[in-house]
Amino acid sequence: MSRKEIDVLEDLLGSNKKIAAEIRRFFEEQNILTVNFMSSPGSGKTTLLEKIIDLLFPRHRLAVIEGDIETDRDAARIRAKGVPAWQITTGGACHLEARMVGRLVKEIPPETEFLFIENVGNLVCPASYDLGESLRCVLLSVPEGEDKPKKYPKAFLTAQCLVVTKLDLLGYVPYDLGKVKKEALEINPGLKIFCTSAVTGEGIEEFSRFLLERRQQLGKTRA
Amino acid sequence: MHELSLVASLFDILEAKVAEEKISRITQIKLRCGLFAGVVPECLQTAFDVYKKGTFASEATLVLEVVPVKFRCRRCGQEATREDWPLVCPVCQSTDVAILDGTDLTLVSLEAELQPE
Repeated sequence: MSRKEIDVLEDLLGSNKKIAAEIRRFFEEQNILTVNFMSSPGSGKTTLLEKIIDLLFPRHRLAVIEGDIETDRDAARIRAKGVPAWQITTGGACHLEARMVGRLVKEIPPETEFLFIENVGNLVCPASYDLGESLRCVLLSVPEGEDKPKKYPKAFLTAQCLVVTKLDLLGYVPYDLGKVKKEALEINPGLKIFCTSAVTGEGIEEFSRFLLERRQQLGKTRA
Repeated sequence: MHELSLVASLFDILEAKVAEEKISRITQIKLRCGLFAGVVPECLQTAFDVYKKGTFASEATLVLEVVPVKFRCRRCGQEATREDWPLVCPVCQSTDVAILDGTDLTLVSLEAELQPE
């Protein structure tokens, strides 16, 4: 019996990265800004999406992919606003992977301007999976506490923007907003930070404007 | 807990190697894991032990080398390694750094018995 040592040097996420790169190229060629929303469960991803829809729809064409372990409740909430939504139920998996998004690519209407992907609620695993998004956005709600950036650094490291949600609860729960910003920026100095409240509407317009700008830049970088 | 998904990717690569190199069974698998890869070594080992049953790697051992994070300071160009947050340049104290290594999980090599000629 002959034995052999075989050198491989292959990234275990290599196949995910390859599919993600194809998805990104496909959507960017169609001028679709794809945004991956990551956060722990209950931080307000779907609610933020509803507020963005109220501001941008129907003036802009939107589409949403919802990732959850079970139920299509989130997709139903988005469809109730008139925006097309696709639900991926992972049946237990704690994150979305590029191939799951890849299966839906052809169904997204080509005239779409913004495709929002709401990841499975989890601040850990989704950070390791590129979905082919052009913008990665991490959400952190006030009641989750101010110590999260350093406890879950990869999510903050790999995102380009941080949306602090439920700002209306400041004053009801102990929370040092300055500390959150400082810790998040220590991990990722390039992070753009937005402070929002779905109840008062604070910050939603500013964040939506940022999304519009990012989509314009998409066209410019290709031209 | 996405380690099972990573092990599934590992076996996709292994299956291709088994066919390519005419392997009868794999005896050892060497992985290199960045400290910031978001991988828990114990979970990876458990997932591997479950997944390998009944496969060409059922007797294989997993060797995991954990490597620190390597980065370059964007302000002064210094390169350094660290084992925890924040990534601070040891020379100019800037946190504006580019990560060079330590965020991936890589299959480095494997030891295998080959099929008889």
